[in-house]
Amino acid sequence: MKPQLADPDRTSSPPSPPGAELTLRGVSHSYGDLVTLAAVDLQVGPGEVVGLVGPSGCGKSTLLELICGLREPSGGTIAVGGDSAAVARLARCAFMPQRDLLLPWYSAIDNAAIALRNQGMRREPARAAAAELFERFGLGGFEAARPSELSGGMRQRVAFLRTLIAGKPVLALDEPFAALDAITRAEMQGWLAAALRTDPRTAVLVTHDVEEALYLCDRVAVLSNRPGRIVAELGVPVRRAPDRDAAVTEQAFVSAREAALQALREGSR
Amino acid sequence: MRRVLLPAMLLVALIGLWQLAASTGAIADALNLEDFLVPSPTEIASSLWENRGLLAENAWVTLREIVLGILCALTVGSAAAILMHRWRALRDAAYPLIVASQTIPIVVIAPILVVWFGYGIVPKILIVALICFFPITVAVLDGLRSVDPEAVKLMRSLDASRWQRFWRVEAPSALPNLFTGAKIAVVVAPIGAVFAEWAGSSSGLGHLIQSDTANFEVARQFATVAVLAAMALALMGLTVLAERRVVRWR
Repeated sequence: MKPQLADPDRTSSPPSPPGAELTLRGVSHSYGDLVTLAAVDLQVGPGEVVGLVGPSGCGKSTLLELICGLREPSGGTIAVGGDSAAVARLARCAFMPQRDLLLPWYSAIDNAAIALRNQGMRREPARAAAAELFERFGLGGFEAARPSELSGGMRQRVAFLRTLIAGKPVLALDEPFAALDAITRAEMQGWLAAALRTDPRTAVLVTHDVEEALYLCDRVAVLSNRPGRIVAELGVPVRRAPDRDAAVTEQAFVSAREAALQALREGSR
Repeated sequence: MRRVLLPAMLLVALIGLWQLAASTGAIADALNLEDFLVPSPTEIASSLWENRGLLAENAWVTLREIVLGILCALTVGSAAAILMHRWRALRDAAYPLIVASQTIPIVVIAPILVVWFGYGIVPKILIVALICFFPITVAVLDGLRSVDPEAVKLMRSLDASRWQRFWRVEAPSALPNLFTGAKIAVVVAPIGAVFAEWAGSSSGLGHLIQSDTANFEVARQFATVAVLAAMALALMGLTVLAERRVVRWR
């Protein structure tokens, strides 16, 4: 199946369907004798954003690579849009790594458009498609900038657009803002929430920031210590509210954060 | 400025010292030689001027050998590195042999190649290429191996084929290493060219030095060496310029 391309003419109407269904059943993984994941079950509906929080080394990043078809699980099945073959997962998921990994020999726009180029689009139409998103996501004017000329927050924006532009129904985001300072991170969370509002996708967001997960996701799954398994699934009080700073201080949000931290503490034991 | 000025001053001082020692006959006396066997810098400079036609003619021959040899080494060396990077088994098989082959002095191969390929340009290009092959191959292979595996993984997730991953991530990553290899090649290539000419030739700077040795034309020998050194420096400068133009993200 060919991945659908991002339509540059789309303005605010969500694509239909806004994502694919993601199903993990009894997924386990080990590196040699080291068991990193044990029997993970997770169901993510089309267009749903699920956060994965857990202690360091619990296999969160491995789980994302498994979902994206970059690795094969040792046991269990992972189906994206009903197909569990690794090639299908590769075709339907776009991975955003922790480090931005922008290629220094390309300009910001060529980095963002790289998936389109890989999919066979010529340089000019690929740039035009990316330029549209640059405008929409506050990067207008930085098309020709080298990655080294961009701030940390802008690099992450370009990296996210690069993932989005691939036009895949599922996004796998691996601690996208972990390397940013607190203020930029808060700003980027608001930005990502807006991006997902205008361009909904199924997304799995790995983070160790409980607040980030609760703010950005529809549901938060808590992973235990290695070998990782899901010990709790929590609903969120407000879904990607436009005003981030107000949302995170609401009583319902604060209680949800407490509940999540409690689950994390229990899972880390 | 200081970076240019200080070495320039030292060079001028050394040449001045040499001038003094040679023109007063001090070196010749110490070595118990005839004066004309120890030319002073001014004598070398006038020999350079008087023989400019002859030197230019032979420099052109040697320059061609060097440049074509380096281009061959760049092509074959990069290709070898890419193949060894792509096929692990090939690397495991060939790399130790390539390293071991460096213990063979290229100089002794030159006469054999002259026997096989004659007095023309071919054995010279081959010698220069052989001497440049190793540093280029090792540098490019190192560059390819140092590519960030996360970047390659990311490109897989963004639908890059193996070929696209190579051209868009691996090749640009290794480009600075290619230039490192090329800079080493530029330094060693003139040595290869001169040895190749000594093994058998009818022209070229190496050939000129050889025939001047037989005729005690010491001043012209020095002039030839100066031309050879200037050529190597110019090639180095060109390589650095090319690197700055191509590897702009560094």
